[in-house]
Amino acid sequence: MALLKDEVQNEVKERFKKLSGSLRLVNFTQKLECHHCEDTRRLTEEIASLSPKISAKVYNFAIDKEKAQQYKIDKIPAIVVEAEKDYGIRFFGIPGGYEFNSLISSIIDVSRGAADLSPESKDKISKITKPLHIQVFVTLTCPYCPAAVQMAHKLALESEYITSDMIESAEFPHLTNKYQVMGVPKIVINEKFGFEGALPESAFLDEIMKASK
Amino acid sequence: MELDFVLSKEEKGPAGKTELIYDLAIIGGGPAGMTAAVYAARKKLKTLLISKDLGGQVLWTTEVENYMGYQYIQGRQLMDKFKEQVRQFPIDQEIGEEVQKLSKDEKFFAILTRTGKKFRAKAVIIASGKRSRPLNVPGEKRLIGRGVSYCSICDAPFFEGKEVAVIGGGNSAFEAALDLVKIASRIYLIDIASSWRADSILVEQIEKEKKKVTFFPAHRIKEIEGKDKLQGMTIESSNRKETKHLSVQGVFIEIGLVPNSEFARSLVKLNQIGEIVVDCSNHTSIPGLFAAGDVSSVPEKQIIIAAGEGAKATLIAHQYLMRLK
Repeated sequence: MALLKDEVQNEVKERFKKLSGSLRLVNFTQKLECHHCEDTRRLTEEIASLSPKISAKVYNFAIDKEKAQQYKIDKIPAIVVEAEKDYGIRFFGIPGGYEFNSLISSIIDVSRGAADLSPESKDKISKITKPLHIQVFVTLTCPYCPAAVQMAHKLALESEYITSDMIESAEFPHLTNKYQVMGVPKIVINEKFGFEGALPESAFLDEIMKASK
Repeated sequence: MELDFVLSKEEKGPAGKTELIYDLAIIGGGPAGMTAAVYAARKKLKTLLISKDLGGQVLWTTEVENYMGYQYIQGRQLMDKFKEQVRQFPIDQEIGEEVQKLSKDEKFFAILTRTGKKFRAKAVIIASGKRSRPLNVPGEKRLIGRGVSYCSICDAPFFEGKEVAVIGGGNSAFEAALDLVKIASRIYLIDIASSWRADSILVEQIEKEKKKVTFFPAHRIKEIEGKDKLQGMTIESSNRKETKHLSVQGVFIEIGLVPNSEFARSLVKLNQIGEIVVDCSNHTSIPGLFAAGDVSSVPEKQIIIAAGEGAKATLIAHQYLMRLK
């Protein structure tokens, strides 16, 4: 049985009519000892089957070590959303529940090759010249988390210096411990600086700019 | 938990027509605002819907069992149905925008958003709802996201096997306790009042969980403790005779709501608790400005009441606009 219900598939197909360029979902998985790996792989393949513009590639995390290194994948399940270029957009843990919205939104943005950010935001982002790694911790039942994930992924799409990870908290307890995540969305920038809550575009970017200094 | 995949209904892109003067601008996209928008579109009013999100407080509600037509529906599913209905109509939407200031010149209302966008309209319905009320006790602000939470469905998973407190005695506190009962090892339910205000049906459900839940009615919170991480809290009986320390790791604050009316404060009359004062036709103190739902002084805050008020506000606003012509 498909993971995605018929009505969800139809709605996604409808949205995918807007896809412009082709893109690729790269999934890292393994057979054992990974709670949502199997479902994440199936999700990757089901999504790819909903549009001729999307292809899926599945790598075994334990075997395809070179590929994991190339994509800087250090935990699984993982999905990379990329076009001819890898923009640094990653989903760690299954993007289910509310985060399904983030996955679909990133696919549409990557296909377009551009993020719909305001001209002021784009101007600010263009001044970033140092690598910034954004991690957005979520739970799948958090209605405000997708806004934060989508914003971070848009920044990654816009700037070649920014990479952005969605991290599903339940899948990676060692990380929620490490970063003391007790409320979501929690945004961690460059391993050290962080803030809680989904902020509007300009405020989100202000926090990012603070960390980039 | 069963894995599901939620695809929220798509929102219309930015209107981007700042020079346009709308017949009606609706501020807020919860049940009141979305219902108002549908009624406005059916009256063929040139309408702008401007809101931080579509769905409002209902997005945080796990289960809805008192919206007629649905014996049971999840909050977000109900809001998806609302969105779907709004989507049938050519309504300009500015979603993700928060209104910073609402003002009025001789003829038109002017709306300024936090990102600097400006809109003008002949009539306005404020349906901006409410947000969580803070306790205002020492430690609370510092520990937000570090053990203090206002969203139990978001953050409950972080408290597996831990002791937590839920503050409040109304429906939202009891619903939070129900979310947590499956996860936490012990729950302290603390409220300032000596009797619970929640619906009896919810109180009964929680009373079945007596092994896990300890009740502290008639207690206030003195302090939430911890430096970078919540480590406990001190509560005090309302007669101030006893204090007690609880070694909780999470505190869920569900003590009600404050109205999102700050942006209109200098323009319109508010009541003591900050709600926009309305009469039974949704009129405010300013002609052409209407209010509906939780942000207004209407008695009782319910999804079904907010939706009804939103419909009524548009119909009255429509009459007002007809007289303007």
